[in-house]
Amino acid sequence: MNAWIAIGVTTAACYLVKLAGLLVPAGTLERPLVRRLAALLPVALLAALTAQQTFGAGRVLVLDARAAGLAAAAVALVLRAPLLVVVAAAVAVTAAARALGG
Amino acid sequence: MSEQTASPDIPVDVERRTAAGAADSAGAPHTTGVPEKADSAVVRDALGVGVAVGLSGFAFGVTAAGAGLDVPQTCALSLFVFTGASQFALVGALAAGGNPFTAAAGAFFLGTRNAFYGLRLSQLLAVRRAVRPLAAHWVIDETTAVALAQPTRRAARIGFTVTGLTLYLLWNLTTLLGALGAEAVGDMNAWGLDAAGPAVFLALLAPMLRTTSDRVVAGIAVALGLGLLPVLPAGVPVLVAALAAPAVLWWQGRMTGRRKGADR
Repeated sequence: MNAWIAIGVTTAACYLVKLAGLLVPAGTLERPLVRRLAALLPVALLAALTAQQTFGAGRVLVLDARAAGLAAAAVALVLRAPLLVVVAAAVAVTAAARALGG
Repeated sequence: MSEQTASPDIPVDVERRTAAGAADSAGAPHTTGVPEKADSAVVRDALGVGVAVGLSGFAFGVTAAGAGLDVPQTCALSLFVFTGASQFALVGALAAGGNPFTAAAGAFFLGTRNAFYGLRLSQLLAVRRAVRPLAAHWVIDETTAVALAQPTRRAARIGFTVTGLTLYLLWNLTTLLGALGAEAVGDMNAWGLDAAGPAVFLALLAPMLRTTSDRVVAGIAVALGLGLLPVLPAGVPVLVAALAAPAVLWWQGRMTGRRKGADR
């Protein structure tokens, strides 16, 4: 049930925020400070999420095979690989590191 | 009837002429159609992005299943939320045992960037009022990137539509396959599939890290996200980490204010 509540709230919130951008008159959100904040907010969220899902296990921090996988993804990104290759590299290296007992 | 079929061609033709005229007046004589881009080239660009990203819906389907969502729940997210980072964030927060509203808040804050994409697109595409509620669902990173890269309104519209359609169909199809396949896969961690989520986040983050303040915000957010993980309830540390963005802006504002004061 919790999952359905979360899905419903997220659906409504994410749709309305998309629609708002198309409906509000141009210039409303064009103030420099608002634009800067809008650009930096996803940076903060994505950075925190990346770190947590790499090093978090429930409520403790661990260093495991996922770190190797993320390093592989970073290398793929530096080499300008497409998204699918980046994800595949992370998955393959994580699996390999675990198979080797990492 | 004939009027109906003929009418769409007229504005397009006018648009082409004005585009070519604009190039001439901008000092590009005798190079007819410089800002032109063949429709097929736009479609190719759009399909490339749509297919590459659409296929990664598989990773989402598998991740959602691993987080304990059933197949209808997983598919509902891709059908109705349809903005990848928010979907991954929500699923991750639910997996960590976060309360549904905290989890949705993180997904919502990630989705706010789409409002700013919409602002750019509404001017660029000149979407008719009646179509806006439909077009809104496709206002995401990839469709915006493809549309903004096009030289004319016609090309931008084609780019937006083809990317949106390809991505929507594939993302939902691969989500379903991923959710169904997850059961067959069994222990997902043995396959390293728990690394798919953070890899997607990193891939979205990397092109955003352009300036020093971007990197400072990311660094602070990582420290807050990890440091608070053991102390705060699941899902909350990410929201606190988001405060790194206004904090850095505020600090920058103070510094420039001080510098201006020193100049006087």
